[in-house]
Amino acid sequence: MTAAAPEPKANMGRPVPRYDAVVKVTGRATYGSDMPLDNPAYAFLVTSAIARGRIDGFDLAGANRVRGVIDIVTHENAPKLKESKLFSNGGYAGTTIQPLKSADISHDGEIIAVVIAESYEAAREAANRVKVSYAAATPSATFDSPGTTTAAAKGQSSQFKEDPKVGDFAKGFNEAEVKLTASYDTPTQHHNPMELFSTSCAWMGDNLVIYEPSQYVYGLKNGVAEQLGIDADKVRVVNPYVGGGFGSRGSMTPRTAIIAGIAKRLNRPIKLVPTRDQGFTIATYRAETRHEIKLGASRDGKLVALRHEGAEVSSRADPYCVGGTKTTTRLYACPNVDSLVSIVRADRNTPGFMRSPPEVPYLFALESAMDELAVKLNMDPVELRRINDTTNEPIGGKPYTSRSLMACFDEAAKAFGWAQRSAAPKSMSDGDWLIGYGCAATCYPTQMAPAAARVRLQRDGRTRVEIAGHEIGTGAYTILAQTAAERLGVPLEKVAVFVGDSDLPPGPVAGGSNSTASTCSAVMMVCDQVRQRLLKAVMPNKSLTDKAKETIGLGQTPATKAAKSSEAIDLEKAFDALGTGLIEEYGEWKPEGAPMDSLRAMHAGHARLVGGASMKDKIAYAFGAEFVEVRINRFTHEIRAPRLVGAFAAGRIMNPRTARSQLMGGLIWGMSSALLEATEIDQRTARYVNDNFADYLVPVNADVPGVEVILLSEQDDHINPAGAKGLGELANVGTNAAICNAIYHATGQRIRKLPVRLENIEV
Amino acid sequence: MAVQALSAAATANSPLTQANAQPLAGGTTLIDLMKLDVMRPAAIVDINPLDQRWSAIDPGGENLRLGALAKMSDVAAHDEIQRHYPVIANSLKLAASAQLRNMATLGGNVMQRTRCSYFRDVSYRNCNKRSPGSGCAAMDGVNRMHAVLGTSDQCIATYPGDFAQALIALDATVEVTGRSGIRRLPFAELHKAPGSTPEIETTLQSGELISAFVIPGRWPRSVYLKARDRQSYEFALSSAAVALDVQDGTIRDARIALGGVATVPWRARETEALLKGQKFDDGLAQRAADAAFADAKGRQHNSFKIALGKRVVARALQQAVTMEI
Ligand SMILES: Cc1cc2nc3c(=O)[nH]c(=O)nc-3n(C[C@H](O)[C@H](O)[C@H](O)COP(=O)(O)OP(=O)(O)OC[C@H]3O[C@@H](n4cnc5c(N)ncnc54)[C@H](O)[C@@H]3O)c2cc1C
Ligand code: SF4
Repeated sequence: MTAAAPEPKANMGRPVPRYDAVVKVTGRATYGSDMPLDNPAYAFLVTSAIARGRIDGFDLAGANRVRGVIDIVTHENAPKLKESKLFSNGGYAGTTIQPLKSADISHDGEIIAVVIAESYEAAREAANRVKVSYAAATPSATFDSPGTTTAAAKGQSSQFKEDPKVGDFAKGFNEAEVKLTASYDTPTQHHNPMELFSTSCAWMGDNLVIYEPSQYVYGLKNGVAEQLGIDADKVRVVNPYVGGGFGSRGSMTPRTAIIAGIAKRLNRPIKLVPTRDQGFTIATYRAETRHEIKLGASRDGKLVALRHEGAEVSSRADPYCVGGTKTTTRLYACPNVDSLVSIVRADRNTPGFMRSPPEVPYLFALESAMDELAVKLNMDPVELRRINDTTNEPIGGKPYTSRSLMACFDEAAKAFGWAQRSAAPKSMSDGDWLIGYGCAATCYPTQMAPAAARVRLQRDGRTRVEIAGHEIGTGAYTILAQTAAERLGVPLEKVAVFVGDSDLPPGPVAGGSNSTASTCSAVMMVCDQVRQRLLKAVMPNKSLTDKAKETIGLGQTPATKAAKSSEAIDLEKAFDALGTGLIEEYGEWKPEGAPMDSLRAMHAGHARLVGGASMKDKIAYAFGAEFVEVRINRFTHEIRAPRLVGAFAAGRIMNPRTARSQLMGGLIWGMSSALLEATEIDQRTARYVNDNFADYLVPVNADVPGVEVILLSEQDDHINPAGAKGLGELANVGTNAAICNAIYHATGQRIRKLPVRLENIEV
Repeated sequence: MAVQALSAAATANSPLTQANAQPLAGGTTLIDLMKLDVMRPAAIVDINPLDQRWSAIDPGGENLRLGALAKMSDVAAHDEIQRHYPVIANSLKLAASAQLRNMATLGGNVMQRTRCSYFRDVSYRNCNKRSPGSGCAAMDGVNRMHAVLGTSDQCIATYPGDFAQALIALDATVEVTGRSGIRRLPFAELHKAPGSTPEIETTLQSGELISAFVIPGRWPRSVYLKARDRQSYEFALSSAAVALDVQDGTIRDARIALGGVATVPWRARETEALLKGQKFDDGLAQRAADAAFADAKGRQHNSFKIALGKRVVARALQQAVTMEI
């Protein structure tokens, strides 16, 4: 075993290499814009240079003179589209701002024209020559800008359901022996997945095929159909590979229906590849947030009062909100809890999901505050977490289905060498560098959604698994193949997996880290249907008890409990008995507690996620602990994080290799978020300024010399048949706080605003 | 647009004399800016076919001669340059990425244009450098990366490169080839501070090419210190090129240039004057560093560069004094 393929512990699958490894490293994986089209025309977007106001007029003369220009689409001649509702309001869209509908402009970089030409270069050249005159109004950029409005999230956003509270916070805080009040800020951030926000649309008569990186092909298919006013069965979305999503492709953006409409009108396939900077404004992003945390504790470290107040920016049009207090109010034992989330409306594009939407900003605040409290108490921050660890969440008293938080702290602390830390700030250094150690808890809700799958098995063991899941780089192909191979007892090499196509049985959105739990549970269920047919064939007279169903498998590579067969079935004999060459089974899996209509909703492209803190009688989260070493140069104040160590427990680990990659990527992103990533907004114009990869910094290899991921063994029989907790969004949650806590240790300076840059350090 | 090739520079009918013709070397600045619609040359002249002397690295004799078409990576990796001119090797090694250094040339490097986000995004109307007289969006906008030295009320854009600081510190001469032959000028006279004409960045005339850089003497006691947001592949927030001649703890000669903080490659003459003939200690380093920023002007987001720049200069001096040669 290598570091990349950790030795599986109890309740872990094998670290098999990625199903799609070879096609990816040889460049043969076909992403959306790689899909061949028959005689395509090319689209290039023109986006607004103001954030608020109106378009007075266009001068298209220069653009029309560019050789190869076919059409220039503006609000004056755009295809008419039906309105799209927000995903949280029964729709599919990530924004209700519909460009090209009128002369009005409601945010920076809104699509105001689409140039269609014979080549990409001609389209770009003509787009550069489109002249726009604006009647600009003064926009409100962000918090504190004149003209913004603020209101409680509860009531205006159907996405945000509760401001959790319990006990009497005011009394608890008043009477607390030790008190802390602190405010924290997180910046605007953009996902910047490597694959751009491309869209290709091709019509065959009344049928539309869309090639687009999407984290939800069923949502996109239904959403585009609704906007075009056509039957959803006529729309197919295909994306066998998605070059990163991170939440940016979970809901529909306006571009898709626009391109589809133009392709229809021109009767020609159209390919759009927007630029990197257009990606900042034609899709969603993580909005900036503000927090005030109040903690009250007894001298011995027991929390007696906790209040978390959060504020988030959204667009004028839509009340998007992440509202992470549902997690932060439940993480530690505390009798008196209060919370409030509000939304500040500004002239911005609508924000949206970004990897661990609620937990990233909200846990940064709480886990920083916990460290500050530990300092006040003169206590090791790990011990403070131990004292407040709990088996039941404090708001409703529901039990965690499993919780390995402290085991993660202990394992990670050991691997990191936490014991070598001298507690006093500014007490460790190495030559020019001050050294700081810091840690924080991380967690992410365990979520599931309905999913359907089709499995075909042939006499020679060849197996085909079909589910409209998504390979966004996480390893979906690999673990689905493993799941089917294990469940059916066929060799892994014989399993072919098909995802990323809305003609396959519906899978859930690849969001909220529900994919593994949901798609694997569905595939397991359908594999069992296949097994039952085989069993009936070979043992026609035996009445199959549940026990027998559980214990009889097909042999070969038993790994899951169910596949540990005492009686292996001879496939050839079974097929001969059945008198058939192929068995095909389809099934729909619904997680426990999913609403009645959730299977119907699944087909209509609405993912009804259940789990986390929203279940009736229990609460399910994955946990972890993260330790970082930061080094701060005494002279330049440059901040580096040479060591990131995380230990994580997430139920059954389907594949330690792909799990490690996810968690490692999360730790690196967490570091990036703490030290590098921020979208800068020009306050006067409400425009994004550093909207490109040279100015919006993400780490390079030299920034991450040491990343260590430890996977803990954990079994949880109360979540889903796969026994898996999502872990794709687990690791980047705690890192922001861990880094700031380490910076405090290195310098004695508490920094409560992200990202931390060298100018924020005073030593 | 057709790309024309150039095989001899000093000719009367050079394609470079066409109006708004741009030479193409590695293309890592020019092509980027054309894609962004910031640069709209009427003609592109590929200068890579020029003869081998244009890319030669010649460390022989008293002077180091570097051809304008020499690749950043080749110069950085050159043994004798690492030995006798560490400031040159390191300024190149710490710049851009390995891939870019393999493409980019020294001539193109010193001619690279500012990274000011408002300059590089044509949807911002107000940029005096891009469209003279239109104003400056950076002045009261997002200006963390902008200059604190050599600014004017027309433009505060930072000169972004690293290598030019080494050249300016070492009194390099730049050799320019035009229609009528070769002329030489001090490298310090190549770049022009923005003043009231930020659109004019250098003193090169139409049709002229940089053919080589000539560096007199050897400077084994020299360092390039670069402070930046990430560990690699990032422009300087502040940098210092320092070359010293030290004997028995006394500084006989000092050359100092600053990057990341000024509108042009910036020679810190006040600092050099303070150091010359003095016994080195930390106090002196501090005073010398302060002198470099005596006239600095910060704006909303970049004022930190003044304090940072001073610390970078002081530290670079300490490193140069204590380095083993
Ligand atoms: C992402 C990124 C990061 C970077 N980071 C750094 C960094 O950290 N430090 C740093 O110093 N640089 C950095 N650079 C800039 C890079 O070093 C320059 O782009 C490169 O050196 C330019 O050289 P080139 O040969 O590619 O020039 P080209 O792009 O070919 O030319 C640049 C300009 O110079 C003109 N020109 C070229 N050769 C001559 C000549 N002989 N005479 C007259 N004019 C000429 C061209 O017409 C053009 O206007 C970075 C660039 C990028 C894209
Ligand atoms: S600083 Fe200079 S380059 Fe930047 S916007 Fe102002 S004028 Fe333009």
